[in-house]
Amino acid sequence: MEILLALLFGVLLAGAVHLLLARSLPRVILGLLLLGNAANIAILAGGRVLGTAPPLVSPGAQALAAGAANPLPQALVLTAIVISFGLTAFVMVLAWAVWKGEAVVDAEALRSAEPPALPSTDPAEAAEAEPSAEAR
Amino acid sequence: MIALPLLVALPFLALPLVAMGLRARPAAAPLLALLPFGLFLALLLLPPGAAFTAERLPSLGLETSFRLDGLSRLMALLITGIGAGIFLYASAYLKGHAALHRFLAVLTLFMGAMLGAVLADDLFSLFVFWELTSLASFMLIGFDHERAAARRAAQQGLMVTVAGGLAMLAGFLLLAAAAGTTRISLILEQAGALAAHPFAPWIILLVAGGCFAKSAQWPLHFWLPNAMAAPAPVSAYLHSATMVKLGVYLLARLNPAFQEAVLWQGLLTGAGGLTMLTGALLALRERDLKRKLAWSTVVALGTLVTLIGLEEPLSATAAVVFLLVHALYKASLFLISGIVDKKAGTRDALVLRGLARAMPLTALAAALAGLSMAGAPGFIGAFAKDLLFTVQLGVPGLLPAIALAVNAAMVVVAGVVAARPFMGRPMEADRAVKEPPLAMLAPPLLLAVLGLLFGLLPGPISAALIEPAAGAILGRPTGVALGEKQGDELVLLLSLAALGVGVVMYLGWSRLQPRLAGQEWLDRYGPDSAYGEVLRAVSRTAVALTRRVQAGSLRRYLSLTLLMVFGGAGLVLVLAGGLAIPGQAAPVRVEQALLVLLIAAGAAAAALMRDLFAQVMGAALVGFGAGLLFLTLGAPDLAFTQFTVEVIAVVLLVAILARLPFRALDARRAAERRNDAILAGVVGAVGVAVMLAILSVPFDPRIPEWMGQAAVPEAKGRNVVNVVIVDFRALDTLGEIAVLLIAALAAAALLAKRGGRREP
Amino acid sequence: MKESLILQSSARYVLWTSLAVSLFILLRGHNEPGGGFIGGLVGALGFVFHALALGQGATRRLLRLDPLAWAGLGLLAAALAGLPALLHHGEPFLTQQWLAGTPIGTALLFDLGVYLVVVGFALAFVLPFLEE
Repeated sequence: MEILLALLFGVLLAGAVHLLLARSLPRVILGLLLLGNAANIAILAGGRVLGTAPPLVSPGAQALAAGAANPLPQALVLTAIVISFGLTAFVMVLAWAVWKGEAVVDAEALRSAEPPALPSTDPAEAAEAEPSAEAR
Repeated sequence: MIALPLLVALPFLALPLVAMGLRARPAAAPLLALLPFGLFLALLLLPPGAAFTAERLPSLGLETSFRLDGLSRLMALLITGIGAGIFLYASAYLKGHAALHRFLAVLTLFMGAMLGAVLADDLFSLFVFWELTSLASFMLIGFDHERAAARRAAQQGLMVTVAGGLAMLAGFLLLAAAAGTTRISLILEQAGALAAHPFAPWIILLVAGGCFAKSAQWPLHFWLPNAMAAPAPVSAYLHSATMVKLGVYLLARLNPAFQEAVLWQGLLTGAGGLTMLTGALLALRERDLKRKLAWSTVVALGTLVTLIGLEEPLSATAAVVFLLVHALYKASLFLISGIVDKKAGTRDALVLRGLARAMPLTALAAALAGLSMAGAPGFIGAFAKDLLFTVQLGVPGLLPAIALAVNAAMVVVAGVVAARPFMGRPMEADRAVKEPPLAMLAPPLLLAVLGLLFGLLPGPISAALIEPAAGAILGRPTGVALGEKQGDELVLLLSLAALGVGVVMYLGWSRLQPRLAGQEWLDRYGPDSAYGEVLRAVSRTAVALTRRVQAGSLRRYLSLTLLMVFGGAGLVLVLAGGLAIPGQAAPVRVEQALLVLLIAAGAAAAALMRDLFAQVMGAALVGFGAGLLFLTLGAPDLAFTQFTVEVIAVVLLVAILARLPFRALDARRAAERRNDAILAGVVGAVGVAVMLAILSVPFDPRIPEWMGQAAVPEAKGRNVVNVVIVDFRALDTLGEIAVLLIAALAAAALLAKRGGRREP
Repeated sequence: MKESLILQSSARYVLWTSLAVSLFILLRGHNEPGGGFIGGLVGALGFVFHALALGQGATRRLLRLDPLAWAGLGLLAAALAGLPALLHHGEPFLTQQWLAGTPIGTALLFDLGVYLVVVGFALAFVLPFLEE
């Protein structure tokens, strides 16, 4: 079973990467969704399939019976599902804000932070640009 | 001795009071001079040898120590004594300035940092206070921040001194490693062993580098004259009397440890000699009073460094005397240049003349300070000069000649700064020249009078100040008393020769200066222009590098990152022989196999379909399939979470996609798609290999077993997953729900931004 | 969707039912499948359904506080649940405590905090994108 989960992880990962590399932002969002699922499968597989019974202690018993699944990766994945939804949801809102502000959904066209021509960062030039009051 | 850290802490504690109190009542500014004056009196009362140590992190050998010995006592007295005068002067000099409270607050901060630096007895406290003085200096040079020249000078001073400070920190780390302690007094006790340590050359180079930057030694001297963009009290206090002496102080402090090393002696005398020569030449060339004084300060600092580098008992005494003398007359002259600047409206030495009639007391102060500087008999400056010549004559090589030339140049500077502006016919000024208020006049006059007083009565300060400080530099008592005749006839002759040459040069200076000023190569090829070139080169390199690395393409960033991470992981797996297939595994049930196939099909559809809606359906298939798979793996909690999240995610996705243009087709070119597909395949394959390698490691069941056993007795819950979330790993969960809240807040901020559509 | 009468009239009942279910899931979570995360998500689904049927304004009025405020209260509750351990028993932060002999303890408050954060967080994302 674990080997099958590892293969599934690979398929999900490859699909996610292919989508993340796309230029259109909706595809990037879908890529993030797949990536979250891939990570969950990986965590679950890493904790091994110790059993397929839910990790619930029977009423009256003091300890988990044999054949129960590993509870730790389940706890990790449970929060990871919600967190990855939070991440994806944030990126969705971000894509929407980008569309509203910049009217593009093409990742390659987003260059506001790194415009092709950078402004001069030369302090000496900046100093020369303004009148000097010092009389030598 | 708790008094020592208290003395250092007092200025820092007073900061809020100074900043806020003086803002409300600027008229109270002169009272602030009581703070340094009180500290001065307290320092006089403290017994020498007082020490204080508080351990901070004993396991790392970190401690905070203070110590008062002869050398630090002299420095601390200068800092607080001259400081009292400076605070008084500054309150009048900047009277009515809107930022007076800020100025005095930074000056207070500076004084505290200076006191901390000279009283610190552990390397790291010293370093912290040292850097604090650099920061305070930055703020004070740039006080007039609306002028570009002031900003540039402030930045330059900070860059040079902080870069030096970093070198010094590296040197301190080596020194602490070599000595096995950070306490300076303990380091000095192992003097002989340290000089022979293999680290010694590096320690010497790095620490001396920091000191040279701070004390403006060649070739790091250029920042000091530019720092004259600061108001006059700052120049007098930081850039002549105290801060620039900090480098000299540290060299003197560490001298007992390294004085045997040839490198130490050569480095100090070499750099000091070059500094003296450069400073003297440029001082002659300058016509701005303050910059002229700054160059002569460079000369003085070079002289001090040279003296520390010379290994004679007399040179230590000479250094201490000269340090004291210089602090007195130079602070006085700087303050006078500030008075002249304010009252006569210019600092140009070729223009200023005949001020004595309008400001006789200022002229008197200038004359006294100038005579001390020129080393006239009767003034304490004369002792300094005799000691200097005596020491330098004893050294073979060029030093005596340099000393003669430099001394003559100092006589010229003294004349041009202290005599020339006051003599002759009154100049034509655009204002009525008159004496400054008492608060501005008293400090320079008092400092100049002290120069005469100490010269007439050298006995008391010799025993109380000079000898203990010189003994600390040398590491043993010097046995030299001030006032005793040190030199022979030759010294007297040299001294007179320097005076004579100086006077002759002074008389011809107004003709000499334009010729020197015409030598433009001095500006073009100096370290100052090299500094500018380096800054420009850094900017150019940064821009070029940024253009390459930050190309602005998300695709490229992502491809490179993935290639590095997964390519690297694959390489490690192959090279380290990590490829493996796990031997044992749980059996696969039919429904599980079908679900895995379903999820894989969904992923393929999401990745490969052209129609966005079909892609969304594919992604939803993956999500619901994963939920069902969780059910078959004994994880009902996960399944329910996955289903509900999936529903909400689809609602949000559809709501948002409906607002985006549906023409969002994949704009990748065929070649790009092919490359991306290859990269995706490689990443997927490496991911599978990594997972298989992880699964091949034998499983350690202790944690899940413990959780299964502890859930009911200790956490009173039968659902172990929930117990892990709310109890065993509750802190983790708390962090995670905080992340959720932060994500929601960030989204709310994005949604609240109602900006118009920008032109693309 | 606004024109569907069935949807509109059923929205309120769906909301209250799902809230009741979500609280049930929250409470039983310590012993059976469930808990704050799942409960919160089910509760949020009820509100989303309500907003789809009646418009997000109606849902916001029903919520009274902004979803972010609910989430903030939840985070506060979860953090507070960690304090009794510090104050009374000198144990590490977030060591859960129980009233002697009962299943009522700080773990429940913590899970309630998780529930509120999840509800608030999900609604903060979804509500702005639903029609008025």
